Amino acid sequence: MNVPLNETVLSLKPSGIRKFFDLVSEMEDVISLGVGEPDFDTPWHIRDEGIYALEQGKTFYTSNAGLKELREEICNYLKRTQNIEYNPLSEVLVTVGGSEAIDIGLRAMINQGDEVIIPQPAYVSYYPCTLLAGAKPVIIDLKAENDFRLTSGELLNAITEKTKVLILPFPNNPTGAIMEKEDLEKIAKICIEKDIYVMSDEIYSALTYKGKHLSIASIEGMKERTILINGFSKAYAMTGWRLGYACGPSEIIKQMTKIHQFAIMCAPTTSQYAAVEALKNGDDDVRMMRGAYNQRRRFLMNAFKEMNLPCFEPFGAFYVFPCIKEFGMTSEEFATRFLEEEKVAAVPGSAFGDSGEGFLRISYAYSIENLKEAMTRLARFVEKLRNGK
Amino acid sequence: MREELLSIIEKNSRIDLKELAIRLGKEEIDIVNELQKLEEERVICGYHTLINWEKTSIEKVTALIEVKVTPQRGKGFDRIAARIYNYPEVRDVYLMSGGFDLLVILEEKSLKDIAMFVSEKLSTLDSIISTGTHFILKKYKDHGTIIDEHIKDEREVIS
Repeated sequence: MNVPLNETVLSLKPSGIRKFFDLVSEMEDVISLGVGEPDFDTPWHIRDEGIYALEQGKTFYTSNAGLKELREEICNYLKRTQNIEYNPLSEVLVTVGGSEAIDIGLRAMINQGDEVIIPQPAYVSYYPCTLLAGAKPVIIDLKAENDFRLTSGELLNAITEKTKVLILPFPNNPTGAIMEKEDLEKIAKICIEKDIYVMSDEIYSALTYKGKHLSIASIEGMKERTILINGFSKAYAMTGWRLGYACGPSEIIKQMTKIHQFAIMCAPTTSQYAAVEALKNGDDDVRMMRGAYNQRRRFLMNAFKEMNLPCFEPFGAFYVFPCIKEFGMTSEEFATRFLEEEKVAAVPGSAFGDSGEGFLRISYAYSIENLKEAMTRLARFVEKLRNGK
Repeated sequence: MREELLSIIEKNSRIDLKELAIRLGKEEIDIVNELQKLEEERVICGYHTLINWEKTSIEKVTALIEVKVTPQRGKGFDRIAARIYNYPEVRDVYLMSGGFDLLVILEEKSLKDIAMFVSEKLSTLDSIISTGTHFILKKYKDHGTIIDEHIKDEREVIS
């Protein structure tokens, strides 16, 4: 027997998150700080709309690009929150989560041998999706001293003649870093000069704690060279509904829609109806959840301060990224010992790229009570290590 | 800060000042001053505890009583409301729109106590036209809290 297997797929390393997950799942009574999804349930009125759609028998395919009403609401939302105007008929594609949009967006734009710039630490799918699209990933190691923002110097150093696309993952998973107007303007200028397209993954755009999120697509000259990716998972606590979207130039969206049509057909219909309700009447829910996350973020920052654990102040997503370099261990060793000795699971920063080495991703998509207990244990653990045990 | 402060202590009035200050990004002294102001303005009217009495050995019966009254000249409903709410066994009194005027919530040890209150105290007040008593059989949710909720994290541990 000769099992047919694709060489590129074979060469992909399983995600570092996965490896740690297997370790954690063998243990009992673990306090987790490891999730990448909200702890809130989807707000009831949104769930209710999904249930209502099922009751009414809305169980058929939608058009490939997604319900027209949903695409219109997405455009209203982007106009209202970020002042970007998209045409719902030609510049929007509803996808199965933001992650599908990343995959097919790259596949639609990339040719063999092209280079895709990926700033890391970052979400784990950009690298393998780039490889699967046949391109070469070029990594930029973001630095703690820049608060893990992408600087123009770093970008210029990474650009070659083959550079096609820059992936811009802000607000960032795992660091919680954001990019503000001045930061984005510098990046935009380079992208325009060097004729580079941007895939801007803004899945955490609703969760920023220092002014409103700004999309690079809203900067002059950028909308026509940006694929904006967003979705419902983080903002509306809808991870299990699997719904995201991509907006961008119609030429690219058209090709992405082809791949989507052949591979997926359309995003889940129930989820699309629920998402219309989310966009129409969900602003208050988002505000409430953002407020709760912000309180927890402040709580964690204060806890780190009290235990003298260095951590830059992140203003986005629901992660903090403290530095554990002083203990002279890799982040995987640290996380493993922390898990074994204190039964708390946090993800090693190295799971998100080499530049995440020496850091720990701590999610605050947990109740304050849970975080309190976890911080008590972290303080005890840190103290123990500092006393040389 | 006022709105956020109130929304936290509405759910947990036992939270300590230090934690409040951290979560709101303020100094403790600011929190103290704001709480004092809120109390003086009677925005904060009290700090209570939500108790599920069913889990104790103490018997409690709760009744909602719909009351129709004749409003009094110059005083409207306030005077008769005061006559009712001054009874210590009365827990809540609301002026209502719709088919009746006052909603009185009464907490007592037994059905008999409630019957006695309605027939001997409430109904005999001058301006009362009629009463209708309803008993609470089971509490599912009280003050925004689901009574029997068992919170279980259904999420994968790492994602």
